[in-house]
Amino acid sequence: MGDAQEKIRVLIAKAGLDGHDRGAKVVARALRDAGMEVIYTGLRQTPEMITEAALQEDVQVVGLSILSGAHMTLVPKVKKMLKEQGLENVKLFLGGIIPDEDKRELEKLGVAGIYGPGTSTQVIIEDIQNACQ
Amino acid sequence: MPVTDPKEILKGERLAISRALTQIENSTQEGYQLLEELFPHTGKAHLIGVTGAPGTGKSTLVNQLAYHYRRTEGGEKAPRLAVIAVDPTSPFSGGALLGDRVRMQDLAGDPGVFVRSMASRGSLGGLAAATANLVQVFDAAGYEIIIIETVGAGQAEVDIASLAHSTIVVEAPGLGDEIQTIKAGILEIADILVVNKSDKPGADHTLRALRSMLTLSQPHPEDIAHHGPAQQATQPTNDLPSSLWSTPVLPTISTIGEGFPELIAELANHLDYLRTSGEWQRREEKRLKNELEMLLRDTLRTRWENKISATKYQYTLDRVVTRKLTPWKAVQVLLEGAGL
Repeated sequence: MGDAQEKIRVLIAKAGLDGHDRGAKVVARALRDAGMEVIYTGLRQTPEMITEAALQEDVQVVGLSILSGAHMTLVPKVKKMLKEQGLENVKLFLGGIIPDEDKRELEKLGVAGIYGPGTSTQVIIEDIQNACQ
Repeated sequence: MPVTDPKEILKGERLAISRALTQIENSTQEGYQLLEELFPHTGKAHLIGVTGAPGTGKSTLVNQLAYHYRRTEGGEKAPRLAVIAVDPTSPFSGGALLGDRVRMQDLAGDPGVFVRSMASRGSLGGLAAATANLVQVFDAAGYEIIIIETVGAGQAEVDIASLAHSTIVVEAPGLGDEIQTIKAGILEIADILVVNKSDKPGADHTLRALRSMLTLSQPHPEDIAHHGPAQQATQPTNDLPSSLWSTPVLPTISTIGEGFPELIAELANHLDYLRTSGEWQRREEKRLKNELEMLLRDTLRTRWENKISATKYQYTLDRVVTRKLTPWKAVQVLLEGAGL
């Protein structure tokens, strides 16, 4: 029988209605090159769709990309729905332009990492690797 | 992580199924224990393989196929349906970008559909090593239809044919001339051929080329009878109508769902044919034989690995590299060194 092998599985989702997916694709590609299995869901995902995908794919990490300004609505909703589905162990990461006061609140809510423009992908990779140990 | 209870899987609990899939994909001890429990409950689902070259629209086709399965049954209860979508693992980083869900948005929110993405993890042949095992989880969990989408396949990735009961090969217009259609490989494994994107220029030509290729390989029943007693000895006349399947060629446009009621009808025909001709039994046996052989090979390999020392292996390899030993002789030395 084959040797046991574990891979970090990450869901990358564009939540909400903005269509700017370049950042999400750059991160997805970087995580792939770091040896992770990245499930990319594409644009305009609702919290319901994101939660369902996280459940079916059994990911350890969900990475949300939100550039519409709706993060204070979408992120708490995703967090809550993950918990309802028994996925409270899934780590939530967020990319986008997030004001500092929102950032503090989201971190209090349990978001594991928040990344703005110009973040090195290496930082994101290491944070995810540390979170999954 | 709590240990998954097989009873939860048999009840169709989605979280339990999902966690079991991970354990099995990772070849953990827990995964194997789960397979032990689940195996007696398998063998009921209709396994549909979808393969074809990259960019022919496999994922979009799977999306529509699943969508139509869930809706066209009229008053009847729609079948529960699982999709396993395999995408390639990078040979350089070991990572993978699994993007098939992007095309399967229409299936979101339907509790009767379970979509799971899978990386090939170094396997050639279009599937991952654990794909057959993931199928067993869905089968045991009561999913009646399991669609397996392979990685974008070229000409030789034909593993899907030994896993699926019905194999759909997806073609698109403009991918090659008639000579491509009579080469060995992927077209040979098709139970149903689909020309997707059939609104694109050249679709008629592709349909014609594929149909004419099939008339070269699939004689009509009367043609066989025409050849007289020698053929009839192996193919008794009364078996003829049910024992021959002639591969249909269907046009579809997956982006707008055209051609899917027809595709589902052909899949039902094929299932009927499998059941009435004894082919179902034959394919099941072939599939399990395949699995058994793979398991046997892997187990032997692991046992051998456990018995041979790394230094002995390196020493033998060095001697092959310096041309002091042939690779064939080296295999013998390594097997004997492990007491096999």
